[in-house]
Amino acid sequence: MFHSHGTRRSNAAARSSASGGLEGGGVGSPAASSASEGSSFRPSASTFWLLLHGLCCLISLFLGFRFSRLIFVLLFSNTIYTYTTTTTTTITSTRTETLTVSFPLTHTPPIETAVKPNNSAIELSDKMSNQGSSHSQVVVGRHGIRIRPWPHPDPTEVMRAHRIIERVQQEQRKWYGVKSPRPLIVITPTYARTFQALHLTGLIHCLRNVPYPVTWIVVEAGGVTNETASLLARSRVQFLHIPFHEKMPVEWAERHLTENRMRLLGLRVIRERNMDGIVLFADDSNVHSLDLFDEIQKVQWMGSVSVGILAHSGGPDRTLLTEDEKLNPPIPVQGPACNSSGHLIGWHTFNSIPYSEKSATFVGESATVLPGKMEWSGFVFNARMIWKEAEEGRPEWVKDLDKIGENGEEIESPLALVNDASFVEPLGDCGKKVMLWWMRVEARADSKFPPGWIIDPPLEIVVSAKRTPWQESDDLAGSKLEQDDRRFTRPKSRSSSKRKNTLPGQDN
Amino acid sequence: MGKEIWVVAFLLSQALLLPIAQAAELHTERISGSAGDVLEDDPVGRLKVFVYNLPRKYNKKMVDKDSRCLTHMFATEIFMHRFLLSSAVRTLDPEEADWFYTPVYTTCDLTPGGHPLPFKSPRIMRSAIQYVAMNWPYWNRTDGADHFFVTPHDFGACFHYQEETAIQRGILHLLKRATLVQTFGQRNHVCLKEGSITVPPYAPPQKMQAHLVSPSTPRSIFVYFRGLFYDVNNDPEGGYYARGARASVWENFKSNPLFDISTDHPPTYYEDMQRSVFCLCPLGWAPWSPRLVEAVVFGCIPVIIADDIVLPFADAIPWEEIAVFVAEKDVPSLDTILTSIPAEVILRKQRLLANPSMKQAMLFPQPAQAGDAFHQILNGLARKLPHDRSVYLKPGEKVLNWTAGPIGDLKPW
Repeated sequence: MFHSHGTRRSNAAARSSASGGLEGGGVGSPAASSASEGSSFRPSASTFWLLLHGLCCLISLFLGFRFSRLIFVLLFSNTIYTYTTTTTTTITSTRTETLTVSFPLTHTPPIETAVKPNNSAIELSDKMSNQGSSHSQVVVGRHGIRIRPWPHPDPTEVMRAHRIIERVQQEQRKWYGVKSPRPLIVITPTYARTFQALHLTGLIHCLRNVPYPVTWIVVEAGGVTNETASLLARSRVQFLHIPFHEKMPVEWAERHLTENRMRLLGLRVIRERNMDGIVLFADDSNVHSLDLFDEIQKVQWMGSVSVGILAHSGGPDRTLLTEDEKLNPPIPVQGPACNSSGHLIGWHTFNSIPYSEKSATFVGESATVLPGKMEWSGFVFNARMIWKEAEEGRPEWVKDLDKIGENGEEIESPLALVNDASFVEPLGDCGKKVMLWWMRVEARADSKFPPGWIIDPPLEIVVSAKRTPWQESDDLAGSKLEQDDRRFTRPKSRSSSKRKNTLPGQDN
Repeated sequence: MGKEIWVVAFLLSQALLLPIAQAAELHTERISGSAGDVLEDDPVGRLKVFVYNLPRKYNKKMVDKDSRCLTHMFATEIFMHRFLLSSAVRTLDPEEADWFYTPVYTTCDLTPGGHPLPFKSPRIMRSAIQYVAMNWPYWNRTDGADHFFVTPHDFGACFHYQEETAIQRGILHLLKRATLVQTFGQRNHVCLKEGSITVPPYAPPQKMQAHLVSPSTPRSIFVYFRGLFYDVNNDPEGGYYARGARASVWENFKSNPLFDISTDHPPTYYEDMQRSVFCLCPLGWAPWSPRLVEAVVFGCIPVIIADDIVLPFADAIPWEEIAVFVAEKDVPSLDTILTSIPAEVILRKQRLLANPSMKQAMLFPQPAQAGDAFHQILNGLARKLPHDRSVYLKPGEKVLNWTAGPIGDLKPW
């Protein structure tokens, strides 16, 4: 009986279980649907229905509920609907079913992979519920989940996407960003030390993301070194490498003063060359947000932004905060303070009282490094302010740069450049928005590091870090192992870095 | 002498004005669809709508019972009623009306979880139509051909959330001649009848306005999507939900850094959309979703993955120029498709999306504002005027069969 129905199946594509509302529900069980129809059979005994019920159960067991329901509707349905569906063959060929594959196949496109046995039934029920005209390709029912053989990003496409994003952002800046942006002049004091590469790389990446033309003036203490020069050469930022005659001192207090003098040197360079733009002081260990560079475009002559102070001890020292301070944590921000109408009335400075006992004296000491009274990085000004000729009306409240420092006095903050500090413009929503953070993290002043951070030729031996293995000379190639430290050797190939013996107390 | 000065002054002013006019290059572009430049049309004076006064049980009582009806995505029916009551197109004289509106809220019977139950909706609608047909002569005059109804449920007037069942039921027979205003739209589908007006789903405008960020925030996300990929509760086997398209998006692009897709519910959902270039709008159980409205309001180019979908106000808004359409079978190569769109095309789409009349047309603000979705619906109705002669039945002619439909629908409500 069911074989004949097998052939009837293709004809029955014209029929459908979709009764269009004339039958009850359509989701009814086979028993119900057969009961609601005027059956063409003449049941004479209840045994027949019992047998039928048993048959239904058996079929449901083997073929699944959906298919069995289909069989019964085909058996008992008297209504014939003319559905102009496409023929069965065309539908199966347009549906490329791909099952979920857990391993990447070869690069052939996935077409008609292995189909589960009752899929054909499901296809049928799909066709049954296929709607109207022959143009529709959309089929209700179960679909395969299409996965391509190598579902990973293609690098060319990723680059194209990034170019699209760049173009979109350029357009955004054109319509909503700063109109007629001015170039930036960034002054950074630096010196060659262990963490210089760490700090400078961060700053380089930040400057490369700035959407305005940047000229970077790097003032180096102790003269021009190869370390710094190589970092700058690879940076792809337009830079000026200026040597400063003094070496950087080891004490923090002295270091702050030296840095101030280096910044003044940078300002004198700008003055000599009549460079135009907005002057910004970016210390190499500070952290900048890109909003900062958009905000400072608003400056007229001299502006001030809030600097978040990240003073930390370098050690897990948490006893600094009192109970009261834990409830109202001190806001470590240096910057302009305004009244309610937005006018500058004073300055927020860093509260250094909690740190008065323990603060770092020497660079690299594991204690809190304190910032100065007013950090230079929180101030920006128009380069024309320090030009020699009073073009475009340099305001009278600005001191002439040549007169500053000629008596040998120390310049603590850029406020020394002006006569009247009330003319400074508060930026960043009157200092409420913190867009840069001051941070000082340095290694010990006597710590050595491989030149350019390149270890060449590769290390053959690894030694405990408690003793520095490097000799006074910078020659690493011939590092000899000290006799009593011959704990273990490392294989020549660095690829498999599996340790054979692990030592307690080996700090890495 | 004086004349020369005037000529010089005239020429100078022209020379000054010209560059100003050129420099005022807009960051938006006018939108005109197949029906012309109709987004900003004013429907007042072009049509008259008569609102039937139905008993409270058909509308107000349902809202009073569950006020969640006012905030879910099917709230269009309620707000359309309120808008029409105070609109200038409303007429109290039914003899001069072009269109008749029946305010029956068929999507306000909610489960405790907030999902509308469609099981009584056919009976509610039928009962409302019977009331109208008995108390006014206008229904029988045309058998409903100059009446319109708002049916915002998943599959419109098929009144079921499951597609197979909805197709089996078909559109309620009594609505055969009426115009339906619905969110569902799919070509060659039983539940979309000829002449229906597709509208966007309701999305609360204040909620979206509250999350606007500055337009200068750089768009740094390439593709953004938040939502389900697999519906394990209703589709445990997999392959039914979204016709497998959402699952395909997940499996192909979950490890692609350009695609920011997940099932998270971040509090910065709206802000993130404003930082994205493309927003995916794939089908779910039904092809439409409020994501389209959100994407348009936030200026994110919608990527529509729903075969044969009919988008809102398709005759007034040229969606092919604004959105990107991807066939469900092409989902595995979605990244190739999106990255190979030329940048000028993308910028143009963003300009069209930036047009304020585009955003306004997708929203249902209260009180109604010019150019919003209410007005677009009225414009759509106005474009269908004047009524064809076949609308009016000859005396004694009857087209509707009042006993058609499943027996369960015939029970009175």
